[in-house]
Amino acid sequence: MTIDLASSYLTLAAILFCIGLFGALTKRNAVIVLLSIELMLNAVNLNLVALSKYGMFPSLIGQVFSLFTITVAAAEAAVGVAILIAIFRNRGKSEVHEMNELKH
Amino acid sequence: MSFLTGELIAFFIFALLIIGGAIFMLSFTKVVHMVVALAFTFLSLGGLYVMLQAEFVAFVQILIYAGAVSILMIFGIMMTRHERSDEPQPWTIQETLTAVGAVALFAILFFAIQDADILPRHVLDPGEDNTRAIGEHIFTLRVLPFELVSLLLTVAFIGAIVLAKREEEGQ
Repeated sequence: MTIDLASSYLTLAAILFCIGLFGALTKRNAVIVLLSIELMLNAVNLNLVALSKYGMFPSLIGQVFSLFTITVAAAEAAVGVAILIAIFRNRGKSEVHEMNELKH
Repeated sequence: MSFLTGELIAFFIFALLIIGGAIFMLSFTKVVHMVVALAFTFLSLGGLYVMLQAEFVAFVQILIYAGAVSILMIFGIMMTRHERSDEPQPWTIQETLTAVGAVALFAILFFAIQDADILPRHVLDPGEDNTRAIGEHIFTLRVLPFELVSLLLTVAFIGAIVLAKREEEGQ
């Protein structure tokens, strides 16, 4: 039984990315939308780390790059939650389909 | 190129936990349960990173995602309205279209991955000590990006505090 290592990891990352995409586009609670975006970023990280071992030119650069991605994702999560809290305090809304002030 | 059997079993267990957590995130109705399901996904991803010889990234993943981001999201849920749970409703047209689009994207990615032949030219040398190797790489070759990213993190967190701070009365 031979299974290609690299393509297994890449397929897993593709599944994660698609689940995250579906969650980000359909979930109603804004916090869950943020978490789905984190899931998509995690899929990208898995790709980077997997290809840093099984890619054409294995090296540590993939792992270092995924560390930078994790940092930016953490900053994004913090700012996102702060914006949600500010919106909830000022408008009393926590669901994405209610946040439509710019339309009116 | 083939898996060793132990590695195969470990990969499938972790993959099952990861996809299971993500699917449960989609299907649960209570918001806090969704966050806990995703915390399991993040933890299992850390396990996969250990299998990929990226120990430092694995522990950063567990610290940042399974620890910090999950707790931050739970705080976010507690501080906004959360008692209303997503009742299972019949799918709208938008949700159906999104599902079709996601599945189509997965199909494209799957065939592209199957089509590509990625053959490593050599074996990864993770270093005697993975953390030390990563540290030496960052602090010799990637000093400027490291400083920029720390600046970005500081600015983002100060911005988050300013945004979430309760405004003074009467202003």
